[in-house]
Amino acid sequence: MASRPSSVIAGSWLWPFAGLLLLLAFNGLFSPGFFQLELVEGRLVGNPVHIAVQASKIILVAIGMTLVIATRGVDLSVGSVMAMSGSTAAVLAAAGVPFPILFAASLAVGAATGLTNGLLVSGLRIQPIVATLIFMVLGRGVAMLIAGGQPRPIQNETLLFLGNGHCWILPLPPLLALAALFATAAVVRLTPLGLFISAAGSNETAARLAGLPAARIKALVYTFSGIAAACAGLIAAARVETADPSRLGELVELDAIFAVVVGGTALTGGRFTLAGSLAGALFIQTLTLTMINQGMPPEITPVPKALVILAVCLLQSVEFRKRAAGMFRRPAAAWTPP
Amino acid sequence: MNLAFQQRWLPTLVTAAVLLLLLGVAGALYPGFLRPLVFANILRNHAYLGILAVGMTFVILSGGIDLSVGTLLAFSTILLARAIDAGLHPLPAALAVAAVGTLFGAGQGMLIHFFRLPPFLVTLAGMFLAKGLAFAVSLQSLTISHPHFDAAASFRILAPGGAPLTTATWMFLFLLAAAILLARQTRFGRNVYALGGSEDTALLMGLPIARTRVTVYALSGLCAALAALAMTLNTRSGNPAIGLGMELDAIACAVIGGTLLTGGVGSVFGTFLGVLIFGSIKTALDFHGGLDSSWLRIAMGILLLAFIVLQRALSRPGSNTN
Amino acid sequence: MTASLNAPLLQARAVVKGFPGVRALDGVDFTLESGEIHALMGENGAGKSTLIKVLTGVYPRDAGELLVSGAPVQPRSPADAERLGISTVYQEIHLLPALSIAENILLGRQPGPAAWIDWKSLRRRAAAALERVGLAGLDPGAPAGTCSLAVQQLIAIARALDVEARVLILDEPTSSLDEQEAAALFALMRRLRSAGMGILFVTHFLDQVYGVSDRITVLRNGRLAGVFPAARLSRLELVSHMLGKELTGAGPAQEPGPHPHNKGDAARTPVLEARGLTRRGAVENIDLHLHRGEALGLAGLLGSGRTETARLLFGADRRSAGVILIDGKPVPLRSPRDAIRLGMAFCSEDRKGEGIIPGLSVRDNLVLAMEASRGTLRRLSRTEQEQLANRFIETLRIKTPSPETPIENLSGGNQQKVLLARWLCLDPSLFILDEPTRGIDVGAKVEIERLIARLRRKGRAVLFVSSDLEEVVRVCDRITVLRDRRKAGELSGAQLDAAAVMRTIASSGPLPQPAPGVDPAHS
Repeated sequence: MASRPSSVIAGSWLWPFAGLLLLLAFNGLFSPGFFQLELVEGRLVGNPVHIAVQASKIILVAIGMTLVIATRGVDLSVGSVMAMSGSTAAVLAAAGVPFPILFAASLAVGAATGLTNGLLVSGLRIQPIVATLIFMVLGRGVAMLIAGGQPRPIQNETLLFLGNGHCWILPLPPLLALAALFATAAVVRLTPLGLFISAAGSNETAARLAGLPAARIKALVYTFSGIAAACAGLIAAARVETADPSRLGELVELDAIFAVVVGGTALTGGRFTLAGSLAGALFIQTLTLTMINQGMPPEITPVPKALVILAVCLLQSVEFRKRAAGMFRRPAAAWTPP
Repeated sequence: MNLAFQQRWLPTLVTAAVLLLLLGVAGALYPGFLRPLVFANILRNHAYLGILAVGMTFVILSGGIDLSVGTLLAFSTILLARAIDAGLHPLPAALAVAAVGTLFGAGQGMLIHFFRLPPFLVTLAGMFLAKGLAFAVSLQSLTISHPHFDAAASFRILAPGGAPLTTATWMFLFLLAAAILLARQTRFGRNVYALGGSEDTALLMGLPIARTRVTVYALSGLCAALAALAMTLNTRSGNPAIGLGMELDAIACAVIGGTLLTGGVGSVFGTFLGVLIFGSIKTALDFHGGLDSSWLRIAMGILLLAFIVLQRALSRPGSNTN
Repeated sequence: MTASLNAPLLQARAVVKGFPGVRALDGVDFTLESGEIHALMGENGAGKSTLIKVLTGVYPRDAGELLVSGAPVQPRSPADAERLGISTVYQEIHLLPALSIAENILLGRQPGPAAWIDWKSLRRRAAAALERVGLAGLDPGAPAGTCSLAVQQLIAIARALDVEARVLILDEPTSSLDEQEAAALFALMRRLRSAGMGILFVTHFLDQVYGVSDRITVLRNGRLAGVFPAARLSRLELVSHMLGKELTGAGPAQEPGPHPHNKGDAARTPVLEARGLTRRGAVENIDLHLHRGEALGLAGLLGSGRTETARLLFGADRRSAGVILIDGKPVPLRSPRDAIRLGMAFCSEDRKGEGIIPGLSVRDNLVLAMEASRGTLRRLSRTEQEQLANRFIETLRIKTPSPETPIENLSGGNQQKVLLARWLCLDPSLFILDEPTRGIDVGAKVEIERLIARLRRKGRAVLFVSSDLEEVVRVCDRITVLRDRRKAGELSGAQLDAAAVMRTIASSGPLPQPAPGVDPAHS
């Protein structure tokens, strides 16, 4: 059989970067001063910085989502996990718990949810959408319960610093997100985990026959996604200095899936690219900002997002390519006429 | 072994038992809970959810999922409000909104069927799209005022016990009855079950798969539009900001009602029970006062988990390759 | 139909159907008369299922003609074929377990006005259809999933018969039935035959072929190998037509090849032994043993249980009974991981579905088993991986542009070599190779055979499964022959030649286990 065409069109992480550059070029041409950066009170501000800050929570969630999608799964619970971890941190902070403990507790909430998802998927063999849907519903309720049903101010200096602090002239959240991305990339590249994840996602039977503990790998990946989402929840809550259990992380699962898919990791599992997901996350955020700069109310920005994700999926769809190719070349006659 | 029998009826029986238990406990805790008036209010307040869940039931029965219905509902309410605001009579406006919803759903169905895209992804995009379109129609909520619309909204029939049945309630009940018939008594309905049971088998049996699948999503879109109508009859306004999370409520109602998320098993009547459970929990929480709505989500989440694990356990013995 | 009365019920003339890279059917003729049961036989890749799919409109054909009662037809879908009177019951029973029996029989053609369903007449019609297949007592309202597989099979036939079918195609209908159930099915088939129906019957069980069919069409490699009246074709002839091996007079004409290996020595402890290996619906009571430095062949027709046995030994499927002993000690072997820890390696016959990991590079595919056995923390460095990959690319002569090429870009033979290398780097003591040479070019085939010889010289044991008898005889010292999911015999030493294997496959005489006998009252 011929080589898979997806490796040419969809598999490359160059495409999302190319798309990102194109979008940036558009902005450079049509909104003068788009790339302008200035120092205000010793901090760098400007559109690119704004994009990076806004994208950081998507990047964090997308790190976990990339690995989950690489195993041919999906994690819909990440938004609720963000709400749970943010609320946990806020409540513990209000009780005067020191940062290391509240940090660990928040991540533990994410890890526990992720592990449960992983066990439902790999142990009970429930489809990933269904298993994680349960915690999408349940988690939001738990978050509201933790926070007592209302937004809670974050009262911990260290945590607030994570969301709003600066390192030299650069804002902290994107730096943290990038650090997490590089750390994850290092772990999956320097240990065989990346290989195992891709193998389990691309051909689970073959992986099992080669001796891979595919079920354990899946459980691990969902747990990791839970932890990544919990980190995102902490930073997002710290950024706005409140944990709103009903709004924190709302729709983030969509943005993260979007970032991963646009970034070039196929929903059918297998090879994945964390760099692509980074580009994908920056792409959505830039797209959103572009639309706003062009005078579109922020509420309407989901429309272009939806159209882009559909277009990318169609490009990855084998059926679509067949049909598109068929428009230029009539298929050979199915049978000779009688 | 009567495995299939268990799969078919046990969940519905469990659902009914859960509902009775819930009503029993609520009745014991809160005097006045078990009154026709309360029941009528549950129906009225959840008519929109019931209609969404009916559409969702068909989608899930066919083996798919539709995450777009919540925001599509929001889009429909604001579209309706805008159309009436622009001077259109409510009736043609409602018909137009219903047509838009149907087309929206059919479009998603075509993408899913003809390009083999995963339903959750297409309808996720649909969710974004409808959310954005809703705000494109109007950034703020719009009040609907038209004499005929007001008349429809305040119309009610008093059932025995003084329970008022409003237009929205009637819409839900009529639609429910129609959906039960559609699922049980028509070829289309049975084809939906077959498609969800096994697409390969349905194909080999020569069933019209493409038509069935596209119709299912179109029906779900139509239900979202009708649900929007039921909601505007209650609120007398269109609001672009609502809808998020309603798709989850609708899915939860269907699943708790015994519909298997993998498709092919379930019933519209079960979904009705699921909606009643949802409504009863919510109303009981209202009766209690102090409790916030987080418990509703938690209760639904736990029921969802319990039902999915139960169904998994029931369908397990069939496939025992390790 | 305005066709002549003497025209055959169903006829295919010079049918050609190709897929990318293969010609699945190459000018095949097939004729089915009314009132006959016609067996379609052939090994893997013979083109049986392609022919059935062409007849039933699942695949469009590239060339050739289809005629029903002499009139040319162009079925474009199974539904189309049904309208032409051609009904099919597939190997995997295609019923919807959650729906009622009645619905399963009548889905898509329910009685009633317009889109409405008249449940009463639906049940009546279903009951009538059930009666035709001898299931008169069954409640048509019960869910189909509550019935046994055998009854489900009959329900599927009832569905096929409900459409005024004149041709009934049964694709391996007995593969999941026990003897009594199969006998009931054959009784039904004979009844339908006497009602003038034409039945096309595919099975892998030789006894059943002779028990029930009137004529036999044999396909081989997409070509017609012959059409024979069942009464005048010996089992041995049938097997030799299926395998494409000439029968050389009497007895082993070719001397047993040079096998200078240590002959089976009963005193030594076998490195692997299986006793009473059983998996319900797959194999029954298989005994085999294998010594160091030995190559044991597993031979038999398609569906005889070769692959199933290999998979059970590796823990890829769970066995329902039987003991596996390594070096004489019973071992708990429940998963591939267990098997690998015990020094086993396994190449699946389904290279694409269960072997290669598409999307990953040759290097990644090659080091996978090694990395999996070392665990997460003791990873091979990139340099070690590259050295390993390059070493095997060199020694096995794997033709690849680079170790970083995605494996799916390699030819079948080179993919197979990568999969072998995946195990070789672990240096296991026992290789289970299921059809390692299927679908690969001659050069690679020879190299894989040489590799097996090398492994044996190093004292490794090899269990070799192949449908190519010459190859099994060439490669192995000893051959365990399977027939109809049971062990039919074992050959070694001077007995070892293709003709002897065929005779063992074809034999129906006294055997360790009684073959599933079907009442041969009808001939």
